[in-house]
Parts: sequence; structure tokens; C-alpha cells
Amino acid sequence: MADFGYTLWILILPLVTFVILGLFGMKIKGRMAGLTGTASLAVITALSYTAAISYFTGGGLADGVYQKIIPFNSVWLNLTDHLHIDMGILIDPISVMMLVVISTVSLMVHIYSLGYMKGEKGFERYYAFLSLFSFAMLGLVLATNIFQMYIFWELVGVSSYLLIGFYYDRPSAVAASKKAFIVTRFADMGFLVGILLLSFTTKTFDFVSLTALDGPAITSTGGALFLGMSLMTWSMLLIFIGGAGKSAMFPLHIWLPDAMEGPTPVSALIHAATMVVAGVYLVARLFPVYYFTAPEALHIIAWVGALSSLLAAIIATTQTDIKRVLAYSTISQIGYMIFSLGVSGYGDHDGLGFMASNWHLFNHAMFKALLFLGAGSVIHAVHSNYMTDMGSLRKYLPVTHITFLIACLTIAGLPPLSGFFSKDEILTAAFHHDKILFAIEYAVAGLTAFYMFRLYFSIFHGVDRHYHHTPHESPAVMTVPLIILAFGSVFAGFLPFSKLVTSDGVPFESHIEWSIAIPSILIGLAGITVAWVMYRKENALPDKIASTFRLSYRWAYNKFYFDEMYIFVTKKIIFKHISHPVAWFDRHIVDGTMDGIAWVTQSVSSMIKGFQSGQLQKYGYVFVTGAVALALLFIYIL
Amino acid sequence: MSLENFTVMRHELLLTLAFLVILLTEVFTGEEKKERVRILAVIIFAIVTVVGFLPLPEGSIFGDMFRATRTTSLMKNILNIGTLIVFIQSYSWLGRAENRDRIHEYFMLLMTTLIGMNFMISAGHFLMFYIGIELATIPLAALAAYERFRNRSAEAGIKLILSSALSSGILLFGLSMIYGTTGSLYFSEVAAAVRDMPLVILGFIFFFSGMAFKMSLVPFHLWTADVYEGAPVNVASYLSVISKGAAAFIFIIILFTVFPIIIATWEKTIWVIAVLTITIGNLFALRQKNMKRFLAFSSIAQAGFFLLGFIGGNQLGMTTVIYYALVYIFSNLAAFGVVSVIAEKTGRESMDDYDGLYRTNPGLSIAMMLAMFSLAGIPPVAGFFGKFFLFVAAAEKGYYVLVTIAVLNTIIALYYYLLVVKAMFINRNEAPIEPFKSDSMSKLGLAICLAGIIVTGFASSIFEMIRNLSYGI
Repeated sequence: MADFGYTLWILILPLVTFVILGLFGMKIKGRMAGLTGTASLAVITALSYTAAISYFTGGGLADGVYQKIIPFNSVWLNLTDHLHIDMGILIDPISVMMLVVISTVSLMVHIYSLGYMKGEKGFERYYAFLSLFSFAMLGLVLATNIFQMYIFWELVGVSSYLLIGFYYDRPSAVAASKKAFIVTRFADMGFLVGILLLSFTTKTFDFVSLTALDGPAITSTGGALFLGMSLMTWSMLLIFIGGAGKSAMFPLHIWLPDAMEGPTPVSALIHAATMVVAGVYLVARLFPVYYFTAPEALHIIAWVGALSSLLAAIIATTQTDIKRVLAYSTISQIGYMIFSLGVSGYGDHDGLGFMASNWHLFNHAMFKALLFLGAGSVIHAVHSNYMTDMGSLRKYLPVTHITFLIACLTIAGLPPLSGFFSKDEILTAAFHHDKILFAIEYAVAGLTAFYMFRLYFSIFHGVDRHYHHTPHESPAVMTVPLIILAFGSVFAGFLPFSKLVTSDGVPFESHIEWSIAIPSILIGLAGITVAWVMYRKENALPDKIASTFRLSYRWAYNKFYFDEMYIFVTKKIIFKHISHPVAWFDRHIVDGTMDGIAWVTQSVSSMIKGFQSGQLQKYGYVFVTGAVALALLFIYIL
Repeated sequence: MSLENFTVMRHELLLTLAFLVILLTEVFTGEEKKERVRILAVIIFAIVTVVGFLPLPEGSIFGDMFRATRTTSLMKNILNIGTLIVFIQSYSWLGRAENRDRIHEYFMLLMTTLIGMNFMISAGHFLMFYIGIELATIPLAALAAYERFRNRSAEAGIKLILSSALSSGILLFGLSMIYGTTGSLYFSEVAAAVRDMPLVILGFIFFFSGMAFKMSLVPFHLWTADVYEGAPVNVASYLSVISKGAAAFIFIIILFTVFPIIIATWEKTIWVIAVLTITIGNLFALRQKNMKRFLAFSSIAQAGFFLLGFIGGNQLGMTTVIYYALVYIFSNLAAFGVVSVIAEKTGRESMDDYDGLYRTNPGLSIAMMLAMFSLAGIPPVAGFFGKFFLFVAAAEKGYYVLVTIAVLNTIIALYYYLLVVKAMFINRNEAPIEPFKSDSMSKLGLAICLAGIIVTGFASSIFEMIRNLSYGI
């Protein structure tokens, strides 16, 4: 096996970059700050690719099985004799795959931002935060134990908060950053409780021993029953809640659309390609534990994923803010991945869902980052987020147009683009597992094609809006990343993923099941055709359909009133009937007690101030008295 | 005894050498070049500090009166680091016109006290220990009176020498009782002969009082605030950090190696004194408006926390005491460093003067904030881990009531530490401290402290290393 000691630099470099940019960013020119961040990320990308290539070309294989390699580990905090928190690096197929995803997208975003964020106030702060995020995200995927992952998980949340609220002078951005932080933090509480329960039953945080087939987690009997489910199932479910929060699964998805207030490249990096798939990664990381000890949890996961993908796809068909369409599309696609893990089996071809989920994660990172960056380029050109302000942009933005079209075809699942392969594998896995879930995902595939092409036609076709000033194509620093990502989206489908990333580390043969693939291509084409008819040229059809199905349209347009439900529950129920009485109790009883204690403290403090008289003879007196009193106390009383 | 045996005393010999170099330099430099002694002293001491880390032969000389182990050399290295920071922080203050002709005195006196502390730590005999303690105290009184043209400084010197004379008297009285009952002053022989009988207890309590004076534990602490306030800031910081740390080190060594038999007695004593010290220190700190007095009382409360590691007498306890001392050195020196820079540049040292400091001097404010967070024990800075491990050590031995009282006290402490942070960041001020540029030496000193605060917190290897060198009863 190869030596992966150098992977430590993947974590050190972004941290150092963050510290340098954070401390001295103000002193150096914005452009230099951007280039420093980008250069550091380029090195990280090179290291990540080196690691991936050497791992997958034999460096990670032993006896035909991909090994979990720990090139670096140190005990950070000893809790008990058995339980300790480590800081280390774990190299295995999924962490290496994530390294490639994160570094590629992050590098593209770094380069793209040089153009997109040019001249913004706080340019160096932006790059400092990007470095912090890269550090946190890379640390998250490389974690050797669940507690280390949790620490970086929170750090990722903080950097996401900072970046969503980057334009801190806009109230909407501030509100969005708070919302994202609070919702994910709320979910993380479940995660933490889950970790504690898990470590209580298994006496370890370590991923290697947790996922080992003869390890304490998988051989455990599950612990005591609570409300009909074993302790293990509960802990795994709670951990999934953390993952669902970060990955914006229903009903914890409400923060993601609002998070679009952040700069668009940030949306591409954090809220499309990397951070939001942390939940998928978490479930994949613990997959053997889920599969063997908490199958009920896995079942719930499958349903959460399927419902998220369906509801988000329906909402996406009605939104007009192009970034929000993409945000809902992200939720929908992550729903696919989560769902695919939920229906997966373990080992060999049974683990198809696991492989497909990771593959889709990989492909999705490429095409969704491309879509967001493309959308950024469009927004950059017309200074609006709304598709009602756009149309016929294909004439003005040729590169953006072509790359965006490629991404749309990829997400619609047309061969031979990458989305086709991974989606086909997901559907195959679903077909062998549960026919109802399979049917839902089939419908989602059609919806996806429809809303993506609705977006595409509205932006690049349709009426010319007589723009104030003629939109022009973005500079090369912005279009080159688009082209690179377009290549990724096209060719990632030809990677032999089933030979690389599998549930048990053993490569297997997968092939396209045409009996499932052909209908899925057809339904994709159907979606595109409907979109073509409705949005290719401006016509009255969309409005007519909207008014015919007014009630359901309004439901979907208002995102099924999820936000309103949350506000109702929090404001009308929790705040009014729980928080207000608690606040009263807090203000009058608790504060009263505290004030009382403070008053006692202050008065005792002024009572004893006489001792501190400044007179040396008194000090001597107290000294001798104290010594004698102590002596008497111990000789005669105690 | 061959020459190699002397390498056991490397720390002490190096310091003596440094002392002599500075003395000779002073004699042979002209009046106008006196200022250069400062930089020379800092460089020499930096070398001494680094050399101290080289592996050291262990052993004992002078018929077991002087013992060197890896634990003692670790303790000495920690004190060296702290002293180096104090030297760096004193740099610009010593450059003042009124101090210029006595720069060498400052360094020589400080090094003498450090030699005394090293002898204390390495002592294997109570006489050696006593010589060390006096060597460490008397020059400090001279240092407290360093700015003798200021009445308060002279007063501080007098107060320190008189109270320490009293405490030495009581300590010696206690030692004589121990000698009377055990018939020896060798640590090893005393340890074997100690019995739980009233005269020994009385002797022990008197010895304890003497040590408590050095660590300024309540009720033997009254000198502290007056001396800290009167003495120059850098001397006060040395007193509160290095002197106190050294006393804690030697105290824990003696408790663990000489008095393990009467552990039942000293555990109770420490319980009482710890509660008194932490609580009363906090109650006084709460009321202070002068930053130096504030830090004096807060350092009394901090000293009480050391006692949590003493109690129980286990290996974890010693580990946490040494670790906490390290953390405390960095945190308190950072706080004193900021106070010293501000006092030096503007002459202001009241807490009200710090209102709105962030607007005018953001760098200093952030340094101060980190120091306050660390002293208060807010994660993730080192102070949190220091306190956390102390609590664990005490709780492991079942002292839950004590830990609860200590935790409640950290809340009071949090209040007054945050008052400083609030003053700097939130309070508004009509006439805030003007923006100024600190000299590079002060910046260096602060940078070392802050790096220490952060690194000691995160690098668990430091804690592990200390643990490997610690021992219990």
C-alpha cells in the first residue's frame, strides 16, 4: 500500500491560508489575497488528485479489497480509558472521492470568484472564509472518528453561516444566515445526542471499528428497547437527523432556498456541491452500521429521501428566482442520493444503491456547480435573479449558454452524459427494493427534466427583454471554470465507479439495465418536450395551466407553506405557550434569585473589605491567627 | 564527586553564568551604552531557556540534598519560558530614563530569584529548600521597590520583606517541629518518620502557612494586592506568575513525596483553603477598578484552583497542576502584558480607561480578550482545558462538593473577566485611550503568550508529555 502521509498537508494548507488571509488580508491587496487563496487551493487539488490516483490504482487495494488507511492519527482528548477523541486522517474510497469533489469544485469556485467578486467590498474576507470552509469540509471527510467529524461538521456550519451572511449590510442575507445556522444547529443537536448514544453502546468513536463487521457496533444486540426501537436504531436515527439538517431534507430543508442570499459562487460550492452532501456522506460513512443494526432507520431514510426529492421537484417547477429553482433542484437531487442509500443492500451487487448514491454525488457536484456558476454568469450579465427579467440570452452569452445546456441535459439524465449513468443505477437499485419508491423516483426524473428546461428556455430562449445595457459574456476567469466543469459533467459517467466505490470495498461489475434505462430516457425527453412547448416561445399556455390548477399551483408556488408552518409552530405555539411563560419565570424567579445572589455576593464582598486595610500589622495578625486556627481545627476538631 | 556530576545542576549553573556575564558587562560598559544590557540579557536568557530543554542527566548530588529528575527539569523549563516572556515585556519599561542606570540590577535580581526557585524545586533537604525560598524572596522585595522614587513602590518592597519575614519565621518554626519529631531534615527520612500526631500536624500546618503565603492563598494573601499594586507592572506579573508557579510546583512535590502518610490531614486543609481562596479571591476581584489590583485578586482566585489538583494526591493531579501552571503563565502574562503596555504608553490603569479600547487599539483588545477568555476558562482556549482537567482530577477522587463550589466560582470569575471584555468592546468612552503603536518587543511578548494560549489548548501532546513525567503518591 502506498504512503499517504502527505495528505496531512491537505488540511494544513487551507488552515494556514485562512489564518494568513484572516490576519493580514487587510494589509495585502484584494487581488493578491484572491490569488493566494487560489494558489493554495491549486496545491490542495494536486495533492487530492495524487492521493486519489495512487489510492485507486492499487495503492489502496490489498487482497482485492479497498482498505481503510489511517496515515496520521493522534489522541486529542482522553475521556475514559477506552473512549478518546482522536484527530486523524482516514483514507478510503469515499473519503478519497470526496477529496476530488471538494478540491475540484472549490478550485473552480476560487478561480471563478476572481472575476465574479471583483471589486466587492471585503474581497480578502471572502477568500479567507472560502479557505476556512475548504479546511472544514476537507477535515470533515477525512475524519477518522465521528467526534472529529462532528467538530468539523460544526465548523462547516459556521463557515457556511459566515458566507451566506457575506453581504452583512443586507437584512435578507443576515436573516438567511441566521436561519441556516439555527435550523442546521437544531438538527445537529440530534446528531450530538446520537453520537453520545452510539458511543455509550459501542464504547468507541472510531469509524474503522464502528464499521468493522466484527466490531462493537455491528455485533451489538442493539441495546435496550425504547418506544419499540433499539438504542442503536435511535442513535442512528438521531445521527441521521443531523445529516438531514445539513443536507436540507424535508422537513428541515427550509434554510437552503434562503441561503441563496450568499454570493452565487458560494452557493455553487457550499449549497450545491459539497456541504449539503455532508448528510449523504455521513450515512455512507456509517452505512454498514445502518444496514446491519438499524434497518428500520434505513427504511425511514429511504422515504425521507424519496419524499424530499418529489416535493422539492414539484416546488422547483413553480419558482421564478433562478437560484431558488436550482436550490430546490439540489434538494431534489440530494433526496435521490439519500434515497439510494436507503434502498441499498450490502456487499457486491446488492450494494448497488450505495455505489450509485456516491456516483450521483460525484456527478451532481460537477453539473450542479456548473449550473450555479452558469446562473452566476447570467446574473452577472443581467443584474437580476428572476427569469421574468431574462430571455433570449443565448445570443449574448454563448459560452454560458452551451455549458448550461450541457448541465441541463446531464441532470435530465440523457445518455451519454454522466447523470444518465448514476440515475439509472439508482433507479435499478430502487426497482429491486420497493416498487412504490421506484415509481416516485420515476416521476421525479420527469419533473426534473421539465423544470430544468423550463429554466433553460426561459433564460436563453423566449423574448428578448430589451436590456438596459447589452448583456455581455463573462471574462475568461469565469468561463474557463464553466468549460472545465462541463467536461466533468460529460465524462464522469465513464468512470468505472462500481470498481472504485462500493459498500464493502470489493469491486464489482455493473451494467446498464436497459429495461429501466429506456423508459427513464423517455420520461426525461417527455419532460423536455413539455417544457419546450410551454416556454420555448412566450405563449399563454403556462398561465392557463397555472390558473386551471390554481389551488395546487399556489400550494407549490408557496413551497407547500412549510415556512408558514414553521412560523406558526414557533411563533404561535412555542413562543406563545412555552417561551413566554418560561421567559416570565426566567425574568422574575430565576433573575430574582440571581439578583439576590449577586446582592449577597456584593454585600459579603464589602463586609470583608476591612481585612484589606493596607496596614501590615493587621496582615500579620490575620496570618498568625489563620495558621493557629487551622492548627487548632485539625488537632482538636477534625 | 567528579565534574560531570555538576551537569545535574545545569539549570542553576547556566543561570549563575548568565548572572555573571551581565554583572561583568555592566562593569565594563560605558555609561552611554548601558541600554544594550537589555538586549544582551534577553538573548542570553533565551539561550539559557533553549539549552534547558536539552536532555538532562538525572541524579542527586551533595549527599542527596539536590535532586534532578525529568519532572524537576520540566518545571524549571516552564519557569524559564515564563521568565523569558517577562524579560521581553520589561524591555521598553527598562528603557525609561529613570531606570536606565539600573537595568542590570533588574535582570540580576530576577535571575537570582529564579536560581532560588530552581534550588527549591530540586531540593532534597529542608535546609536546601529554605535557602532556595529565601533566595527567591529577598531579591523580589528589592525588585518591588525598584522604582524607589515612587512611594508606593517603596511601600510595596517594605511590605513584602516584612510579611515574608513573618512567614519565613512561621515556616521555620514548623520545620523545627518536624525536625523535633522525625529527627531529620532529609525529605526521604522525614517521609519515612512522619506520623499522624499533634506536634507533626502543628509543624505541618505552620509549614503549610509559609507555603500558602508564597502562593498567596487565603488567609495568607493580604500582602498580595498592596504589593502588586505598588510594584512595577512587570515585577508584579513575575510575582503573580513565576513566583506563584514555582511555589505550587515545590509545594506539590513536598506534599507528594514528604507527607504522603498524613494525606488525610492535608487533604482536609487543602479543601478548606481552596474554598476560602477561590471564593474570597473572587469576591475581592469583583470590586476592583484598578487593573493591577484586579489582576492581583484574580490571581489569588487562580491560585486556589491549583489546589484542586493537589487534593487526592494522584498522578493526574500533578499533571494538571503543571499543565495549569503552563496555561496560567501564558494567560496571565498576556493580561499583564497588555496592562503593562498601556500603563507604559499612557499611564492609565483603571478599568474605566479601557472603555472603548477596541475602537482605538483593536490588536491589544483582542489579545486582552483572549487572555481574559483563557483566565475565565472559555473553550476552546487553553484556560478551559486547564480548568477542565483540574476539575476532572478532583472529581476522580470524589470531591464533588469542592468541584461544585469551584465551578460556581468560575461563574463569578466569568462575570468579572467579561467586565473587562465588555469595557473594551461595548462601553462607549468620551476620551478613550489614544491609538498608539507598541514597540516590537512588547508585540513579541504578547505574540508568544497568545500562541501559547492557543497551542497549549489544542496540542494534546503537551498534556501527554507532562503526564508521562508526573507521579502520584
